[in-house]
Amino acid sequence: MITKRIIPCLDVRDGQVVKGVNFEGLRTLSSPVEMAKYYSANGADELVFYDITASSDGRKLFTDILCETAKNVFIPLTVGGGINTVQDFERVLGCGADKVSVNSGAIRNPSLIDEAARLYGDQCVVLSVDVKRVDGVFRIFAKGGRENTGMEAIQWIKECVDRGAGEIVVNSIDTDGVKLGFDLDMLQKVCDVVSVPVIASGGAGKIEDFITLFQSLPKVDAGLAASIFHFGEVKIADLKEEMHKMGIPSRRSV
Amino acid sequence: MIAIIDYGVGNLFSLKSSFAAIGADVIVTRDAQEIRNADRVILPGVGAFEDAAKKLRDLQLDVLLKEEVKKGKPLMGICLGMQMLFEKSYEYGEHQGLGLLKGSVCPIKDRISADLKVPHMGWNALQFHGEKHPLFRYINEGDCVYFVHSYAAIGCENSLIASCEYGAQITAAVARGHVMGCQFHPEKSGDVGLAILRAFCEMEGGYTC
Repeated sequence: MITKRIIPCLDVRDGQVVKGVNFEGLRTLSSPVEMAKYYSANGADELVFYDITASSDGRKLFTDILCETAKNVFIPLTVGGGINTVQDFERVLGCGADKVSVNSGAIRNPSLIDEAARLYGDQCVVLSVDVKRVDGVFRIFAKGGRENTGMEAIQWIKECVDRGAGEIVVNSIDTDGVKLGFDLDMLQKVCDVVSVPVIASGGAGKIEDFITLFQSLPKVDAGLAASIFHFGEVKIADLKEEMHKMGIPSRRSV
Repeated sequence: MIAIIDYGVGNLFSLKSSFAAIGADVIVTRDAQEIRNADRVILPGVGAFEDAAKKLRDLQLDVLLKEEVKKGKPLMGICLGMQMLFEKSYEYGEHQGLGLLKGSVCPIKDRISADLKVPHMGWNALQFHGEKHPLFRYINEGDCVYFVHSYAAIGCENSLIASCEYGAQITAAVARGHVMGCQFHPEKSGDVGLAILRAFCEMEGGYTC
């Protein structure tokens, strides 16, 4: 049986890994290549790289870093951030990315998903969404979670899957950085409407949060987190061990 | 020297890098002479079967690969490259493969319950069939490898060396003589994947199918 995936996320800006709390107060951590190597050796099932650079110089640097990572790390890599055209897909796939995640680019131009899925296959196109409750309704936020688009989240996710998105990263702004567990309520609603893999993001603070996630929502395929892995608050090997003990299928390090 | 066949399907960056990482001499090529000069050959591939088979034929690499196999050169197909080794694929119609191995390629969804997601994507554990194959000399049964596919080989009992479980028995690796294939991506399967590539680099060719 396929294992539940544990995915560290590396936000990269100007060649460095950063992580913010509630998307603000960014602070610098470490070298993306070294962190990717570390995670690969310590049981991560996949890595997500988000390019949060705005400048074209930064974009070039990010692409170089991605190539360097893919030369050294042999687990699946998903790349997101600044993906607005099929040329952006081409750019990161050429550096060894396996999947490409779209967020604001798809909000601006939803047909980007159709086009990319046709060219590279559904499995290559990941929809990433930042969702927040506004007056009791799940809304899609753009620009790194700063701008309310007013779009209803579940409907948007469904539309993107119909267009060809092969996987969904669902990040809850409400629980992100709070470390009190994943947004199970919202994830449940997403799982109810899609048949592609769902990756839960936002809110993990300890091992038990992942156990609760996989036990209460069997349709969730993966848990994604950043700072708790970066700061060593949760060690992936320990997490895998606990998953195994609790009967959750997991890939344990060799 | 290992030749990775470049016939315009999918990105070969990671595959090339993975061989480089285990210290193997590797070349990415579609040149007939370079392929003839290589000690062993990798047939990669992602995407649609029909398109890939056509590209291989248009470059006349289908004939070349069969010749090289006949000479006893080890060949390993990866993912769609593995599927191409079989007689036929039923991916959107019916298409001829290289016919180097007995069997055909069929949709996974026809064989599993509807609540299982397709593509079969993620890490799954290998179950060995028959005597442990030399490709697996550095790994253990139960080790996980990374899959991304919606079609799988069936009717290949005479070459099946590993499978995984996903609502049905899914063909994971095949070998007959020096013709081998992995449905999973060894270049994305961490140390286990690299260990399989290393074993491939050490395999002797020369015996017939």
